[in-house]
Amino acid sequence: MERSEEYIKNERKQEWRVELQKLTKAKDRMAIERVEMTEMAPEERIKSQRVEVNVGLTKEQAMLEATRCMDCVNPTCMEGCPVSINIPKFIKNIERGNILEAASVLKETSALPAVCGRVCPQEVQCEQRCFYVEKLNLPSVAIGHLERFAADFERESGVISVPKIAEANGIKVAVIGSGPSGLSFAGDMAKLGYDVTVFEALHEIGGVLKYGIPEFRLPNAVVDVEIENLRKMGVKFITNYIVGQTASLDDLREEGYKAFYVGSGAGLPRFMNIPGENSNGIMSSNEYLTRVNLMGADSEESDTPILRGKNVVVVGGGNTAMDSVRTAKRLGAERAIIVYRRSEEEMPARVEEVHHAKQEGIEFLTLTNPIEYIADENSRVKQIKVQKMELGEPDASGRRRPIPMEGSEYTIDATVVVVAVGVSPNPLIPNSVEGLEVSKWGTIEVVKDKMQSSIPEVFAGGDIVRGGATVILAMGDGRKAAKNMNIYLQEKYLSNKVEH
Amino acid sequence: MNKIVEKENFSEKVVKIVVEAPLIAKARKPGNFVIVRVGEKGERIPLTIAGADVSRGTITIIVQKMGVSSTKLCNLEVGDYVTDLVGPLGKPTEIHNVGTVLCCGGGVGVAPLLPIVEGYKKAGNRVVTVIAARSKDLLILEEEMRKHSDELIVMTDDGSYGRKGLVTEGMEEVIKREKVDECITIGPAVMMKFCSLLTKKYEIPTMASLNSIMVDGTGMCGACRVTVDGKTKFTCVDGPEFDAHKIDFDEMMSRLGGYKEEENDKMDHFQN
Repeated sequence: MERSEEYIKNERKQEWRVELQKLTKAKDRMAIERVEMTEMAPEERIKSQRVEVNVGLTKEQAMLEATRCMDCVNPTCMEGCPVSINIPKFIKNIERGNILEAASVLKETSALPAVCGRVCPQEVQCEQRCFYVEKLNLPSVAIGHLERFAADFERESGVISVPKIAEANGIKVAVIGSGPSGLSFAGDMAKLGYDVTVFEALHEIGGVLKYGIPEFRLPNAVVDVEIENLRKMGVKFITNYIVGQTASLDDLREEGYKAFYVGSGAGLPRFMNIPGENSNGIMSSNEYLTRVNLMGADSEESDTPILRGKNVVVVGGGNTAMDSVRTAKRLGAERAIIVYRRSEEEMPARVEEVHHAKQEGIEFLTLTNPIEYIADENSRVKQIKVQKMELGEPDASGRRRPIPMEGSEYTIDATVVVVAVGVSPNPLIPNSVEGLEVSKWGTIEVVKDKMQSSIPEVFAGGDIVRGGATVILAMGDGRKAAKNMNIYLQEKYLSNKVEH
Repeated sequence: MNKIVEKENFSEKVVKIVVEAPLIAKARKPGNFVIVRVGEKGERIPLTIAGADVSRGTITIIVQKMGVSSTKLCNLEVGDYVTDLVGPLGKPTEIHNVGTVLCCGGGVGVAPLLPIVEGYKKAGNRVVTVIAARSKDLLILEEEMRKHSDELIVMTDDGSYGRKGLVTEGMEEVIKREKVDECITIGPAVMMKFCSLLTKKYEIPTMASLNSIMVDGTGMCGACRVTVDGKTKFTCVDGPEFDAHKIDFDEMMSRLGGYKEEENDKMDHFQN
C-alpha cells in the first residue's frame, strides 16, 4: 500500500509517461491558464438545497488542465496529500485520455475520491505544494478539480472498478462510525483481506458526509456510490447500532471481532453559554444541518420540521457555518448573516466557500460577537445583542485574538440563529470502554502515526482523536490505522512478521 | 427494520406496541429510551421503553398520538415493520436500596415508570406508586403497576376512576403519612414541575425523566438541551433523568413547544 520513492520514480519512467513528458514542452505547459470550474448561477442554485454549485469539468477541460502538470521528478504535491494519492500518475492518465485508469489510481489510496475531489481543502494541501506554486508563483494545477473529474467520469460511465482484494484471512474487525475516517479504514482493511463490519449509530451510512455536508456541496448520490463500492469489496454495514449502548465492545469480542477502529466523530455541539441561548429558534449547526441534510426537512414531504426565518443569523466562521448560512438562504431567508468574532482573514472556512456564500448574497458581519439573545413573549428569539471586536496579538491558534470593544453593543433582528462554533468529541465510546485513555478534552489518546489507543486492539482516528478537523485528515487517520492494525494483527494471529 | 409482533389499543390515543429488537431487549435498563423512525420520510423521535422480553427478543413501547410521527407509529399493525429503531439510549436510572420510594407517573409517563418501579422493588425498597390520568380511559398499566408496587394509588382529574384529583394530592398524602426517602416523577412537564415543587417543600430527593425534543439521540444535535442547576445539559447523553429540584421546568416546557407551528403544519399536511 505504501509506496516508496523508488516505486514512484519507476512509475514515472514507464514508457507512456516518458512519451507524454516529451510530447509537450515545459514552456507550453506553463503557458496554459488554470481551468476555471463552471458553477451554477447563484440566483438559480439558491432555489434548491440539492443543486450542486460546482458543475465539474468537461473531458476537454480536464485533459488540457492535466497537460499543465509537469510530471515532476520529485512530486512535492504528494507530500501535501494526507492519503498519499499518486497525483502525477492519475493526472497523466487524464492527459492521455485514459480517465478510467486515472480513477483506479485514485482508488489505490483513497476510498472516497469523488468526495475528496469536492470537499478537500486542496489549496492548503496538495495544490499548495505544487511546483507551480512553490517555484513559479503561478496558480497550481487544479488537482482537486481533476480528482473530482476522474471520479465522476468513472461513476457516470457505469464501469466502476473494484480495487484488488487480498485473499480472505478470516480475521474479523469492527469499525465504529461510518464517516470518512471509518470508510477509509474499512476500504484499506478490506483490500488486505480482513472481514470488515462497520457499525453506524444513525439510520444512514456516511456520517458527516450525509448529515453534515449539504448536497449543494456533496450530493448524497455521490457518497452512496462510494459506499456501494466498499460493499462490493466485501465491507458489511450495520445501521442503528451504537457500540457501547446496543452492545458493548466485549459483546463484539465474544462475536469474534479481533480489533476495533473507533471513528465515532465529533459529537457534542458547543454553545457559547451566553444569556438567552436556550431560547427557541436557537440551535446548533449539527441540528440545523442534520434536519435538512439527513432528514430532508427542506421538503414538504418530510416529517421532520425545520425552522425558517426572514432573518437568519449563523454564528461562526468555519465551513460548517458557511454550510449553515447557505442552507438558510436556500430555505428562503431574506437576510442570511454570518456573525464572526474575528476578521475574514482569520476565518477557518475555505476561501471557495466564503466566495460562493458571497455570490449567493450572504452578509458577513465580521469582528462581531453575540453576547445575549433576546426572546419574545413565547420564548422565541427575536434579537441578538452583539458587540464589536478588534484584533489584538496572536493567540495559541496563531490567529489574532479578538478583543471586545467597550460600548459598541447593538442588536440585530433574527428569528432563527444557528450556532456553529465547534464541537466536542462524542463521549459515548470513551464512557463505555473501560481502560481507554482519554485526554482532558475527551478525545481518545493514541500513539501518534500508529493510531493505536491504550487498549492494543483498539485504534482510533478522525475527530474523536483530533477533536475537530477535516474529512481528508480523518481519512488519512483511517489509512494509518489500517496499516498499523494490519501489522498488529498479522503478528498476533498469523505469526507473520510485517515490514514496518 | 423491526417487526411489530403485538399491538394493543389502550385508548383512542394511546397504543402499546411490542416490537422485535433482541439486542435492545438484552441491553436496556430502566430509564433508557429508544429512537424510532417510521417510513423513508419519517422523523426520528425518542420514546421510552416500557418493558422488554429477552427470551422473545422484544421491547414494549407505549405511544400517544400527538403529531405526525407518533400517529404514523400508532397506525402500524402487527406484522408491519418500524423502519428504524435504535437504542438503548440515555443513562439508566440509578437504583439503590434507599428505603421507601415514591414513584409518580402521569399520562403515558406511566409507561417508562414501570421498569423503574420493578427495579426499585427488586432492589428491596418499599415502593409506593401514584399513577394519574385525566380520566379512566386514559389510565394505563394499572395491573402491572399494582403487581410491582407495595401500594398503588390511582388518581383521575375527573374522578371517573380511583380518586379524584391531581397526582400531587396522592403524593402529599403518602409523604404526610410515612417517611419517603426518594421520589421519581415521569409525565407531562407541568406535572413533573408540580411534583418537584411538592417534594422540594418536604426535602425529598427527586428525579424527573425528561422527554425533550431530539434528532439523533446520541449527543450530536443539542436540540434536547435543558438547564439543570444553571448549566446547560443534553437530555440524551447527560439524562434523561435529572435532579428534579434543579431543572428549569419553565424553560423545558417552552422548549418542548419549539417546533409547535411547524409540527401543526406537518399534521395538517398529513391529514389532508
